[in-house]
Amino acid sequence: MSQQKHHSTTKMVPVPTNSIVPERDINEIPVLETRHLGIEFGGLKAVDDFNLTIGRTEIAGLIGPNGAGKTTIFNLITKVYEPTSGAVLVNGRDLHGLDIAQASKLGIARTFQNIRLFDNMTVEENVRIGLHNNIKYDMFSGILRLPRYWIQENRQHEKALELLHIFGMENLADERAGSLPYGVQRRLEIVRALATNPKLLLLDEPAAGMNPRETEELMENIARIRDQFQIAILLIEHDMNLVMGVCEGICVLNFGRVIAKGTASEIQANPVVIEAYLGKKKEGQA
Amino acid sequence: MIFLDNLMNGLSLGSIYAIIALGYTMVYGIAKMLNFAHGDIIMVGAYIAFCGLQYWGLPPIVAILAAMVVCTILGITIEGLAYRPLRQAASLAVLITAIGMSYLLQNIALMIWGANPKSFPRTFINSSILHIGGLNIASATIYTILANVVIMIALTLFTAKTKMGKAMRCVSEDRGAAELMGINVNRTISVTFAIGSALAAIAGVLLCSSYPILQPTTGSMPGIKAFTAAVFGGIGSIPGAMLGGVLLGVIEIFGKAYISTELGDAIVFAVLIVVLLVKPSGLLGKPVREKV
Amino acid sequence: MKMTKAKRNKLIYNIVTFALVIGAFLILQSMIANKTITRSLKGQLVPICCWIVMAVSLNLVIGISGELSLGHAGFMSVGAYTGAVVSGLLINVYDIQDATLRLVVAIVAGGLLSGIVGALIGIPVLRLRGDYLAIVTLAFGEIIRNLVNVLYIGTGDGRLYASFLNKKLPEGVTMLVDGAKGAVKIKPISTFTAGFILVLITLVVVLNLVNSRAGRAIKACRDNRIAAESMGVNVTKYKMMAFVTAAVLAGMAGALYGLNSSTVVPTQFTFNQSINVLVFVVLGGLGNVLGSVISATLLTILPEMLRAFADYRMLVYAVVLILVMIFTNNPTILSFMKRLIAPFKRKDVTGGDAQ
Repeated sequence: MSQQKHHSTTKMVPVPTNSIVPERDINEIPVLETRHLGIEFGGLKAVDDFNLTIGRTEIAGLIGPNGAGKTTIFNLITKVYEPTSGAVLVNGRDLHGLDIAQASKLGIARTFQNIRLFDNMTVEENVRIGLHNNIKYDMFSGILRLPRYWIQENRQHEKALELLHIFGMENLADERAGSLPYGVQRRLEIVRALATNPKLLLLDEPAAGMNPRETEELMENIARIRDQFQIAILLIEHDMNLVMGVCEGICVLNFGRVIAKGTASEIQANPVVIEAYLGKKKEGQA
Repeated sequence: MIFLDNLMNGLSLGSIYAIIALGYTMVYGIAKMLNFAHGDIIMVGAYIAFCGLQYWGLPPIVAILAAMVVCTILGITIEGLAYRPLRQAASLAVLITAIGMSYLLQNIALMIWGANPKSFPRTFINSSILHIGGLNIASATIYTILANVVIMIALTLFTAKTKMGKAMRCVSEDRGAAELMGINVNRTISVTFAIGSALAAIAGVLLCSSYPILQPTTGSMPGIKAFTAAVFGGIGSIPGAMLGGVLLGVIEIFGKAYISTELGDAIVFAVLIVVLLVKPSGLLGKPVREKV
Repeated sequence: MKMTKAKRNKLIYNIVTFALVIGAFLILQSMIANKTITRSLKGQLVPICCWIVMAVSLNLVIGISGELSLGHAGFMSVGAYTGAVVSGLLINVYDIQDATLRLVVAIVAGGLLSGIVGALIGIPVLRLRGDYLAIVTLAFGEIIRNLVNVLYIGTGDGRLYASFLNKKLPEGVTMLVDGAKGAVKIKPISTFTAGFILVLITLVVVLNLVNSRAGRAIKACRDNRIAAESMGVNVTKYKMMAFVTAAVLAGMAGALYGLNSSTVVPTQFTFNQSINVLVFVVLGGLGNVLGSVISATLLTILPEMLRAFADYRMLVYAVVLILVMIFTNNPTILSFMKRLIAPFKRKDVTGGDAQ
């Protein structure tokens, strides 16, 4: 590990779902708890008996080889898919029967592996969609341009710029989102997700397509976002420097099942994980 | 007896819908587009057969073959000129283009053949009425149902056994993967359009044999209803198109006979709406999942 | 609040749109006053207003909300029939002679009923996607046409009579809607001023909606449904909002249109009519409200002015639909056009697309 570790000092403690959470979060309801979560696609178990608990201010990592079922787990947590077994609890509330938008209102926000921005809208408008449920006014205030329209529009504008400032993107507010470079689009997705005022932020390969310098910056930003907003972050990432550097708890998935959970150092030393990634060879790790 | 007469009429009309629906369902399954102009290819086929019989004095079989050849070429041309440039475009753009193509065909037909309805000539298909038991069955009914069964079996064998048929199934399953496996996707889609259009020509002749009024808009309503049939049976499924077509034909004839003649179309479309709401994948279709 | 570039562009766009419409109205009014307007153009004024409203409202569904609706003429017919019945009812039963009052009530009623029909249709339809949604709106348009074909409404003895499927009205009833003959004996009361006001209302509603929280949500659902849902946007609600708003506006246009002539027949509102409006929208530009206004105006006047064009109108429309779609969607042509105009653009602010 060449990178400096942001959370080498976090003390992790065990919780009932065979997971670990940071000691500082132990007395609060976990932001996310999955119990025996599973989904089948035509008889194939894409995810099976997935148990994970994430503390309220934890930065957690979900790693595993391609096709292990990581994004499927994100889709289950965000209600894109309805699980065939088990349950997802967000802040202690069962998400059973809710749709994607309702799950979002309970405090889950995400980014997508294959970026899903509103390409034909401006950067600011993208963030404003994130603010949709936070700064509201009804359709008629909008059509009749009642005072409420002007007040709330102004609030949205200021809040959007404030959020864009996290990545220093205020000057891009008027650009068409679809015309931005790839890395900037990834950052915009994070800003947009933050605008929904989430309790749990899911990042699906946030560093994909970024160069080492950008990844390093992203790492610092992820830690900063957690500190500033006091939220939990769960990320899927293949860049091990980023995962080991920023994640407090790490969950390793293979063929839809959890094969290991632990801190960065525990995961790196775990022979099952090394085997899953590299086959039987022992060298090349870290 | 009236019930059985209606049933036979329903089966006959349904068989025509089924043959048209095959064209929709194959194109939808493979090119993932609703070829709105498919109904108008029927009309072109019927006009060509009409000209062959009426003006050029061709024997019926030759006239039908001529119609099939013209429609095949037309189908491939339309696909290549209008739809291929939009392969990557949003479905909205493709559908609007297809609607434009439908109107283009109708208006070209209007210029060539005029707005006055033509009376489709008698051929061996609709020359006689058979008396079986107490039933009076038009020969067109027999030929139509027969043609439907033959086409159905032939297409099922084609997609299951031949190399091109397998290529079609691959492209419909995953276009990108098929391309990587060395399947020529453009050619496969062209062949699909060719087959669908040739079938449309047959459907056109059969349609006008049973309902011998031919005008530029002849194909549009049966086309839309046949799409309904394809959705009913499960879009992309060949047996589904057959089942959906036959059921829809029977429903339409019975609806007209026992509920209201004026509301026949409304009943057919009501079926479409109910099917899409209750089982959007149709009777024999597979549900699709959006990839996130 | 600082005016950003995007905001300024939007403001200019809105000002130009309204200035154009109001300017055209004033010029035409003075032409009417001076009697310099041709008779055929004068007769076209109300229909032009109706088609503008139809095009702008359909653009809200297709361009802004991104759903292809092929049954827009159905909503227009609901409005036209409602308008004719309400106006007939007001004069025959309630003896209201004030034409303006009757027109206003008829238009409002037309919009209301069309909106209700739109909501009823929207609930099932908007659960569907893409091509299925298009074909089902088409089906609904045809069902509406089928139903009004067997609708009989009349007034007599100070009350309203109606029957369905069979004409079972008592003797001596004054027919308002007579099955396949359509709405009959309408007293034309539509005026250009009313049409102009309706156009203004439509523009205010659509433009203000688009540039508001709800409008952004509608556009977000169009651009990326899953992402919009993930941001907590209730997709069905916003698709519905666009659909029903468009239905209300189309119903109002229909009432105005119906009350501009003495009869309205079901064959005026076929699928072809929906395609007509679709051509206005596509040619004016998907999502471009001003474009819809201009293309609806020009394409309504053009067939009147050019006999030759009237004969080939549908043929030309068909070619226009195909060419516009290919030119605006084919990647090769798009990049070619981009290179063509690149030297005229000052600076590409965003830098290259890194994908």
